[in-house]
Amino acid sequence: MSKANLLDRRAVVKSLLADRNGAIAVGGLGASTYDIAAAGDHDRNFYLWGAMGGAVMIGLGIALAQPKLPVVVITGDGEMLMGMGSLATVGLQKPANLTIVVLDNESYGETGGQVSHTAATADLVGVAKACGISDTRAVTTMAEVEAFAPSLQDVAGGPRFASVKIDAANLERVLSSRDGTFIVNRIRGSLGFQPI
Amino acid sequence: MHARADVAAEQAAENTPSWPEEIFAILQRFDVRQVPYVPDAGHSQLIERVLGSSTMRGIPLTTEEEGVALLAGAWAGGQRGVLLMQSSGVGNCINMLSLTQVFRFPFLTLVTMRGEWGEFNPWQVPMGSSTQAVFELSGIKVLRASQPGEVGEVMEAAASQAYNACTPTAVLLSQRLIGTKVFVK
Repeated sequence: MSKANLLDRRAVVKSLLADRNGAIAVGGLGASTYDIAAAGDHDRNFYLWGAMGGAVMIGLGIALAQPKLPVVVITGDGEMLMGMGSLATVGLQKPANLTIVVLDNESYGETGGQVSHTAATADLVGVAKACGISDTRAVTTMAEVEAFAPSLQDVAGGPRFASVKIDAANLERVLSSRDGTFIVNRIRGSLGFQPI
Repeated sequence: MHARADVAAEQAAENTPSWPEEIFAILQRFDVRQVPYVPDAGHSQLIERVLGSSTMRGIPLTTEEEGVALLAGAWAGGQRGVLLMQSSGVGNCINMLSLTQVFRFPFLTLVTMRGEWGEFNPWQVPMGSSTQAVFELSGIKVLRASQPGEVGEVMEAAASQAYNACTPTAVLLSQRLIGTKVFVK
């Protein structure tokens, strides 16, 4: 029961990561991880297959450790709702290199499409703003996505938060690696860190 | 005047235990950079030292599980961290503790204990009683310090195995060590 004129999640993520350069991309549990994988495997992709509610905090930990690198967390509305407190934590730390993008299909797509809180009442952009993240936006068109994508590279202007309303269509899964040590050590290796 | 000032200084020293300073020094030596925490009275002295440090970043959390995820991110980005919390927060972390096994990253947490050793508040007892078992069921090694004199060596062992061997480790700081919280004088 998709609403008309909503965006295609794969097109959104592909556009956001098209000119990523050295950016680290964290994908929240579920379809967001598949979207990042679909945009192309990369040694700086941080795929999550669990830890629901933890995507923003993982992004914050990376962003604080690597302040000169752009870090983007791409996650879903359900995952973001579970970790809503982390927006308050980000608002306090104000990592200038962190961008949070919520792909909001107003439902739990991975578990049968049950409606989420954003379908009726919860306003995640309002939550982010109220938590002290000043650069917030609600995105509804591809033109806005394309205009927003270059700002991910600005490591002095964050934190920023965008909610992108997407189609609730359940797309074919694009499976990334699900080996946590491989995923993390590959990122560390790309940053020049040796194994212990 | 001098005698009274000396007494006051002595009393202040007694009220300011040295073991939090030992913990801070060990964390510094192991190059710990990110220190997420949910405040607890037993951690207050250490938190003050962290917030005053030029090399460590104290990061207040809204709930303890945020800290587990933060430390995983910190490690991916090349930094070590330590999570400070109270025993009641350990239950909040359970699912997120999966990350310590999935990523095999150097997880270290320092937990001030409640719900034991003369506890006044019954609401603290259930979680305090299961704290160690929860950690062990989650694959975290548990060390405990109950006397001021043993904090340094326990911390040294914990930091060594966590950061050198990527062995996820929790240090329980006993209520006997930090002092039972007084509600009624």
